[in-house]
Amino acid sequence: MMDEGTELSLTIAQIVQRLKATHLHSQIERQAKECLHRPEIQLESLKEDVRNFLKASGWERKLQNAVYRELHVQPLPSHPAAPPEHAKEPLAYMRKAQVNWEKRILKSLNSMCTELGVPLARKRPAVEQKELTNKWNEMGTDEPDLSRFRPVYAPKDFLEVLISLRNPNHDSSEEASAKSHWGLIQVPLHDRDIPQMREAYSELSLTTGQLGIDDHTHVPPDLFESEHTRIGKKVVNEQDSAAAQQYSRQGCPTGLRADLWALILNSTNEPEDVMHYEQLKAGVIHHDLLVDNLIYKDVKLTASNDDYYFVFEDFLYQVLLCFSRDTAVLEHFSYNSATPPKSYIQGKVGVEEFAVVYPPNGVIPFHGFSMYVAPLCFLYNEPSKLYSVFREMYVRYFFRLHSVSSSTSGIVSLCLQFERLLQTHLPQLFYHLREIGAQPLRIAFKWMVRAFSGYLSTDQLLLLWDRILGYDSLEIVAVLAAAVFAFRAENLMEVTSLTSAEAVLADLSTLKVMPLIQIFLFATVI
Amino acid sequence: HLSRYAKRSTRVGLSVNTVPCTVKPTVTLQIGDAETDSSRPGVYVIDVTLPIGQTVNIQEISFKNYYTAYVSVRLLRRDGEGAAKWTTCLRNHCLMPSPHTEEGSQDYCSVYRQQMLIEPDNVTSVRLILRQPSSAWLNFSVEDIKIHPCLNEDSEWDIPDWLSDLTQVDQLCDLQGLPDPQTVSSSIQQMWALTEVMQTNQTTASIGRFDVDGCYDINLLSFT
Repeated sequence: MMDEGTELSLTIAQIVQRLKATHLHSQIERQAKECLHRPEIQLESLKEDVRNFLKASGWERKLQNAVYRELHVQPLPSHPAAPPEHAKEPLAYMRKAQVNWEKRILKSLNSMCTELGVPLARKRPAVEQKELTNKWNEMGTDEPDLSRFRPVYAPKDFLEVLISLRNPNHDSSEEASAKSHWGLIQVPLHDRDIPQMREAYSELSLTTGQLGIDDHTHVPPDLFESEHTRIGKKVVNEQDSAAAQQYSRQGCPTGLRADLWALILNSTNEPEDVMHYEQLKAGVIHHDLLVDNLIYKDVKLTASNDDYYFVFEDFLYQVLLCFSRDTAVLEHFSYNSATPPKSYIQGKVGVEEFAVVYPPNGVIPFHGFSMYVAPLCFLYNEPSKLYSVFREMYVRYFFRLHSVSSSTSGIVSLCLQFERLLQTHLPQLFYHLREIGAQPLRIAFKWMVRAFSGYLSTDQLLLLWDRILGYDSLEIVAVLAAAVFAFRAENLMEVTSLTSAEAVLADLSTLKVMPLIQIFLFATVI
Repeated sequence: HLSRYAKRSTRVGLSVNTVPCTVKPTVTLQIGDAETDSSRPGVYVIDVTLPIGQTVNIQEISFKNYYTAYVSVRLLRRDGEGAAKWTTCLRNHCLMPSPHTEEGSQDYCSVYRQQMLIEPDNVTSVRLILRQPSSAWLNFSVEDIKIHPCLNEDSEWDIPDWLSDLTQVDQLCDLQGLPDPQTVSSSIQQMWALTEVMQTNQTTASIGRFDVDGCYDINLLSFT
């Protein structure tokens, strides 16, 4: 906690320092220099005139968008006495749990490596490099023998870790009390109740137009849809990141969604982005990583088996293999509770000059990871653009779904939020499910870890992700999970086992997410 | 009154820009007999004293929170005649917005001069009154308490107050609507610190190479 003036100055200083390193900075400098030739730039009012020029030519807007992006990903300026690990995760017991979880993953990866006799990374021989370059656009046709590889972990393994999280300073004596929590998550994180959410998600209220509800075929388009689309086109023309984010709260029209999401994420496809992607591709060609096999296996097991996504198999390899080589992703570890795995090359263990991160982006994929990318394939067909959008979504949101942290958008908070909503508003259902050994989180966890990708139909999923971007939070995922249980409550009250409960909730492909969320938040009697 | 506290002191803090001081062991405030009562206390008092004879003009009090919900701060100040008086300078400052839940529970905090109700000058002792109304926690406290003096005085050597009694202290001239020199100098300090940060740090653009001299052959991950 610092006083506001200092906090603001520090934030500004940090943002300026980061933006100085970007291509945008040199572009604006060049523009400012070149505009000096223009007749409207007068010497007496040089500063004002240059600024007006940059504003009129759209460069100020680009800078605004870049600053807005930095505000999204910057950790809050921390207290001078706080060590860097505190910015990653303030609670000591959560840091410890994350470290222990990471050790398990590393051990698992190391043992897979030794058992199979496959190195974690090796340089590809020239012949293999040539082969891969030729096959780049059709890697899906390859049928390598992946039977020996197994995913490093599955969401249910991670769930067990979260269930066992305990705050050593928390009084968890067994007396029943008003604050007894029936669910599996036993850490006292803050959660929001429905009245607070009604305020926070006011754009989703019953009286506000929504895509996903008011664009239904029975609703005349001039009641909402036409006007909303008109505003959307304006937002895209203005190229305003902040406006796009606000707009997205009511949903993005299908034709504008790709541009709007790219704008919200400040994801550009300039020549330097394409070049960066080509550099990553070169990294894939030159070095073969063990995690590549994990990615292949994951894609084959999940996306390729999915009716909606199997056509994008090749895109998924092109994005995920490059993602593993992208060292720019390492930046996000300053606000991620996780730490990238480390190794030493040439056997020089402990010698820092020979220390490397593995994989280069520090992220070890798990079973279902490719589902974070799959829905985006519907929006972008150019690999470098698809890559750019995915990477930004990962370092803003998806990383929080598979690391242990106290963040309000983190998976621990989402699980707790889900359980609390259920216990407060559907206590009979929760009690019944608990009694039959079907803890609701055991069913809902897999939906939340993937932000519902692969469980909802694609158009519904994209409407959900519109709101994740619009509200800059994953909280809505927990709300939807509770809303799904509320929707199927009647059937669930009849079941007598975990298996039958799972069966009732096995198929979500017919659900319409926005009505469910709206009813749960705004029509629940409190 | 010293018998209220244990004779041994716990810690002496000494580092750059902080004054050496002694943090006394925590005193519990409880109704009833502390030994037989099974409920946990909800109020703790921690006294931080300067070496005898020394005073400080406080710029900042910093500490690390451990599940304390509210903190009040009282200062023992020496006035012009040398008499010492306790005054409250911060009342029920909230460290945890929701005492039953984790938010703010392990944060690094500071209380600044500007937030205080009175001028924290000529202070010989600081008393932190910690409150945690929630029964959810087994324990609560604050750690690493440090007192930061104002920088614009010669704080290399804290002059014992018997010495300063001998010298005349100039009366502060009427400021005539000008900003308080203390606030101006502290904000200048902050701006100077920021410009230092900007100048010394290079840009943080990454080059993108993940190998070391073209080599990226890895066999095992390391655990440390």
